[in-house]
Amino acid sequence: MVDKQHLLTTEQMANFVADGYLRFDDFIPDELNKAAHEEMASGMSVRGGGGTVLDDVWHDDSAVGKVFRLPKVQGIIESLVGENPLYDHHAVHIVRPQSQHGQIWHADAIIDIRMHFDIQFFYFSHDTPREMGGTMILPGSHFRRVCETDVARYQNFLGQHPIVCNAGTLVVVHHGIWHCAQPNLTEDTRYMFKLRLNPTVRQLKLWNTDDIDTGGIRGILSRNHRWYGNDVRLEIVNRIKLWRFLIGDESYDVGYWLSRLENMPENVPHVA
Amino acid sequence: MAELRQQLLVLHLHTPDLNSHVVAWAMYDGTGQKRYTTGDSETPPYSSVVEAMQDGWRVIQFPQQFPAYPGMEYNTSYLRFEYILEKLEEI
Repeated sequence: MVDKQHLLTTEQMANFVADGYLRFDDFIPDELNKAAHEEMASGMSVRGGGGTVLDDVWHDDSAVGKVFRLPKVQGIIESLVGENPLYDHHAVHIVRPQSQHGQIWHADAIIDIRMHFDIQFFYFSHDTPREMGGTMILPGSHFRRVCETDVARYQNFLGQHPIVCNAGTLVVVHHGIWHCAQPNLTEDTRYMFKLRLNPTVRQLKLWNTDDIDTGGIRGILSRNHRWYGNDVRLEIVNRIKLWRFLIGDESYDVGYWLSRLENMPENVPHVA
Repeated sequence: MAELRQQLLVLHLHTPDLNSHVVAWAMYDGTGQKRYTTGDSETPPYSSVVEAMQDGWRVIQFPQQFPAYPGMEYNTSYLRFEYILEKLEEI
């Protein structure tokens, strides 16, 4: 088990529930970034089978393997999907120079009705300015039930978030988040390493819960990503449900949202 | 006689009210002059459907509204208030 100092905080977990992602800028050491970049550029071939234990996928010399074995990356993994998660798949996403058109919006895989969730890492091993992309994500889209490219007709949303970053930036997303690769208008090839992991334990208070009683959680879970329009209240309900699942408290509420709906008194008053 | 081609503007609104503000947008150009793509603008071309109408866009589709299916009252998926507008351009 990774040292507690590397685990996520309750506040970070709430942000993950509200936004569907967490971003860690300048997170991976530069020597590993350079080595991982070389692996991707040379066509790294090591690939695990879906459902393999993550630790068994990459040998000790693999730069990418080293990235995901860093204690602070292990802390993110353990906080979200527990120790010993399963490797689902990875993909080296390549956007060639002078690619003028963005990828269509999509959510990975198909409609997933679980409360349990997988995570996906987006690892940027080199600097990624806006003219190079990078990956566009739509904050707060992870509860939307859509099948892969069902959302391809959309182009722009209020609050869409292009991951423009320095080398060594790591983003972890809920499996349901909408995203798309952006055009690369530079003369250099853009690489992004994506890794999907599945939990093998119940996702219940896996993070550092020392700040579990912090007062800011309700505000985080009430965040409005603007593109929801009138549906923002439904999104808050979905966040409350996931937060209840994560903390193991079916009475948790943000204000009086679900408590009102769950109030179905059966007591018959005495009649005089 | 000039040939006409269709420009499509898709606006997603905060509420079904055509005056409510745009939360998402997309454009498709039938003249072949431009190809719009994901993430190509940070601000919507119009603040509302009514504002686009005032600039000559014609609304050609209203979103139908349906009650939630039983058991799916809290599910979210697509943007619900989607209006499709057109302009005809000479080529």
